[in-house]
Amino acid sequence: MSSENENLRAAGPPRPGAPEAIRAVPVRYPGRWVAAALILLLAAMFVHMLITNEAFNWPFMVANMFTEPVLIGVRTTLVLTVLAMLIGIVLGVVVAVMRLSGNPVLSFVGWLYTWFFRAVPRLVLCVLFGNLGVLYSRVELGLPFDNYWMPLLGLSGDARFLSFDTRDILTAFVAALLALALSEGAYMAEIVRAGLQSVDPGQTEAAQALGMRRSTLLRRITLPQALRVIVPPTGNETTAMLKDTSLVAYVPLTTELWFQLQAIGNRTFDPFPMLVAACIWYLSITSVFMLGQYFLERSFTKGDRQAQAEVTMTQVRAKN
Amino acid sequence: MTEESTPAADERVVVAESVHKSYGRLEVLRGIDLEVRRGEVCCVVGPSGSGKSTFLRCINHLEKINAGRLWVNGHLMGYRQKGGKLHELRESEVAAQRRDIGMVFQRFNLFPHMSVLANVMEAPVQVKRVARSSARETAMELLDRVGLADKAGSYPGRLSGGQQQRVAIARALAMNPSLMLFDEPTSALDPELVGEVLDVMQGLAADGMTMVVVTHEMGFAREVGDTLVFMDGGVVVESGVPREVLGNPRHERTRAFLSKVL
Ligand SMILES: Nc1ncnc2c1ncn2[C@@H]1O[C@H](COP(=O)(O)OP(=O)(O)O)[C@@H](O)[C@H]1O
Ligand SMILES: [Mg+2]
Repeated sequence: MSSENENLRAAGPPRPGAPEAIRAVPVRYPGRWVAAALILLLAAMFVHMLITNEAFNWPFMVANMFTEPVLIGVRTTLVLTVLAMLIGIVLGVVVAVMRLSGNPVLSFVGWLYTWFFRAVPRLVLCVLFGNLGVLYSRVELGLPFDNYWMPLLGLSGDARFLSFDTRDILTAFVAALLALALSEGAYMAEIVRAGLQSVDPGQTEAAQALGMRRSTLLRRITLPQALRVIVPPTGNETTAMLKDTSLVAYVPLTTELWFQLQAIGNRTFDPFPMLVAACIWYLSITSVFMLGQYFLERSFTKGDRQAQAEVTMTQVRAKN
Repeated sequence: MTEESTPAADERVVVAESVHKSYGRLEVLRGIDLEVRRGEVCCVVGPSGSGKSTFLRCINHLEKINAGRLWVNGHLMGYRQKGGKLHELRESEVAAQRRDIGMVFQRFNLFPHMSVLANVMEAPVQVKRVARSSARETAMELLDRVGLADKAGSYPGRLSGGQQQRVAIARALAMNPSLMLFDEPTSALDPELVGEVLDVMQGLAADGMTMVVVTHEMGFAREVGDTLVFMDGGVVVESGVPREVLGNPRHERTRAFLSKVL
């Protein structure tokens, strides 16, 4: 560093008398001041409206947005988000690997899955899964097509081992979770696939040449390197999922945040304050998530910056 | 029975018989015959696109050959011969065959998310299930051998090309291979870094390692090589003692190539 500075100085204009520092008149930007004044005026009008307009009914909103059902709704929203994302990520990895595998059957099934769940809106999926009980009133485990082949063999009865009432298994919560998780799996599959494809093929070759099997290779070499491509969009997916949990009100899952806030509004014939409350709740939770995402991504790139710093340090040391 | 057409596990480590390889309609290898004996250093030279890399990748079955036979240490690569028929080996069996063959690439291909030490330990621990402590010990010995013991904790991105390639050699050696394949190991290096890699390779050769080296370093081929193979257009044009092939090429194509690189 010091030697570099000396070189610079040596190459500069001849001494003595270093050049005078520049003191020029800066360019003025009158447009900026006009814009700022205009925005300030609009903001003042907006705040005035918030305070004076009776429809906001702030005391009523504050009194109702922290009641127990609402807090349970917040918890359900968070639990749904976390579980749907966890299942979605695992599904995404599995489907991405299926699609990239050389097996044409697996590859096609993976494609079919992503095609279906990316094409159908989440709202429709939620209502659909809420009504799946129509298909089967009971869920049973056993050998398939027993009603056909048992009589042929002269056997009576059935070949079913376990039997449940569909309503016991497919509760509103499970239906909601399935709808969100399966849909998320399709999006995550595309993200994971892009991540895996971003890894240098030379990595696969080197690992194969060392005698690594495909499963080890994926776990130890490709997936870890794909993470830097996978993590940022997964953070966005999580934020989107948090907001999309409001759709499960239409399963209907009644313990969910949006449903609860709406219910209060309908019951009291004063819906607008609760809509504002919904905005505030989702804004707050999403902001916390985004903050977490920021730190997660920063810790992911920290390794690079540390490496860069150390390279610079060794160069400095080598020069001195 | 199944061994009848297999060269006995003799002194020949690599035996290639009329190896053919095509990519679609492009015929890259058009009948390669080659033998490499134990302890021999076989240097392969030839113009770009002549199929040198492809042939090297066929040896450890990174590429499937279309015709011919290829044995390493008496094992038919990628197939099992049973009742006059070839059966493809399962993925795990192919992987097992490769464990005995080290490979070094032009672009190093170190694992960037692992430290130098972890790079060298990875295959012994994950593939051979060696205990971590003994894998670490072996890895440190190997890093010492390539002169990089002090870089064990660094990440590959912080090393020079020459250092990365020496780590790559240590990583391949960690599997205790009986054959080492080098695909232009110094072609991606700045000129002043070529020597340190060639020195390591020369040391390996002196220790009796069997090596197939694709290279443009004619000096290395002359000094270290036991045989020199000149490839062009997917065939072996001529081969022999390096000094003789380099000093007195018998084929016009060899002469033309050598006049450009020497
Ligand atoms: N995966 C591939 N698909 C199609 N063509 C390939 C592939 N790999 C190599 N080739 C072609 O095969 C020929 C020989 O390549 P290569 O073995 O890399 O030559 P060399 O290593 O002697 O330069 C080249 O024409 C190259 O374009
Ligand atoms: Mg090549």
